[in-house]
Amino acid sequence: MVDFGFAPIEINIHDLDKADLRLSAWISERDETFKLCIACGSCTATCTAGKFTKFSFREMCHSIRRGEISEAIAESEKCMLCGKCTLACPRNVNTRNIVKLVRKANQNFKV
Amino acid sequence: MKQEGKKRIWSDYQKEIADDKFYFVRSCIRQTFFPGSDTTYLKILRDVLDKDVYENPDHTTCTGIGYHTEVVPFETIQTVVARNYALMREKGYENYNPSCVTSFGIYTEILETWHHFPEEKQKTRDYLKKATGREFEEPANLAHTSDVLFKFRNEIAAKAKYKLVNKETGKPLKVVDHIGCHYAKMFPNKGVGGAEYPQVLAGLVEAFGGEVIDYPERRHCCGFGFRQYFVQANRGYSISASKKKFESMAPFKPDFIITNCPGCNYFMDRWQYALAEMEHKTYGENGFGIPVLTYEEVAGMVLGFDPWEMGMQMHQTDVEPLLKKIGVEYDPSKKFKGANGEDLPLPEKPNHIKFEV
Repeated sequence: MVDFGFAPIEINIHDLDKADLRLSAWISERDETFKLCIACGSCTATCTAGKFTKFSFREMCHSIRRGEISEAIAESEKCMLCGKCTLACPRNVNTRNIVKLVRKANQNFKV
Repeated sequence: MKQEGKKRIWSDYQKEIADDKFYFVRSCIRQTFFPGSDTTYLKILRDVLDKDVYENPDHTTCTGIGYHTEVVPFETIQTVVARNYALMREKGYENYNPSCVTSFGIYTEILETWHHFPEEKQKTRDYLKKATGREFEEPANLAHTSDVLFKFRNEIAAKAKYKLVNKETGKPLKVVDHIGCHYAKMFPNKGVGGAEYPQVLAGLVEAFGGEVIDYPERRHCCGFGFRQYFVQANRGYSISASKKKFESMAPFKPDFIITNCPGCNYFMDRWQYALAEMEHKTYGENGFGIPVLTYEEVAGMVLGFDPWEMGMQMHQTDVEPLLKKIGVEYDPSKKFKGANGEDLPLPEKPNHIKFEV
């Protein structure tokens, strides 16, 4: 084994063809504004819960799109539903409603 | 690769490419590790296509790598670029033809800057005058060397001795094309076919009888990313980026990779060796890697040029399995002979990736 002084990091590949996109479809059906998100992070920048915990609405949306349903649901539990992010969103995504839908999905998906 | 949607995109992104009288400028890094590619390009244009190509020994680096690693200020790079434009006009040429994708990106970016900020252009005029006494004009046409081969792809195919076809099975070879990031990702309308699915190499491959295959990480960086590589502590990121691409393309069993950027060529070729040494993993067939060829090497290969004269033995991922697959006539014993038949030093044999010496 040659030591080059550096090594590859663990490869992080999300194959969207194999991802479980049920939650993404379920949310999009109930709130079309979910599709408008451009992952700019304004929601996360203004988030009070995010200031004190690791909560990130943006990461939650990434998880939904990658099919990481249990991660998305776990993330949604950290939100205080204050709605500040809804005011900050430049695309008028109904962020607060998206969080509520993810929590609701928990009962439907039995993760 | 599904063609329908891509053909629609391609029709939206066609650029003007000069027909003759090219002012050719080399790539700094590529002439050190794949010097045969530049000479192959000149040979194809002059001897096969009968074009006028001029190369000025006074031209310098565009300083693109220095600019992107923040050691060359924007004012400096603009002045260097202006000097190269001035040299071109002094020699009576107006079609600037860089062979490096980063240079092409730099020249494009600076022309766009001058278009939107004329005061920058005026500043550059003053700097160039003070520094060299020269005046400059913008090129009438700016085309990367891969654009030029794309333009003449059918003329080359008509004179080709070989096709990109497996000699044994008669099926088209499966080819992965990789476009340098600075070619069209910054200015999609300056590249042939745009940024999502550029046509510039896909068109070459199809004209030569091969089949382009799509794979998930097609648009991912090759691993060069200047700051990933030049800072040694960051090289893990560089090799990881390449590895991600190899892992993604390997299930499609590509016969070779074609690139239009010196950096992409180098890193996708060299990192296959490094990954084999680090992880004992190879991505090609029978313990070989996936050969990585420049567009000039591919054009030269189908035209029947001697692979060793094109410098294909300089590749660290062996190209011989590909030559055999196509049925290219070549002399294996001349792989490491110099121009005058002298013995060149033999490379060390790698431990975990096959390479015929």
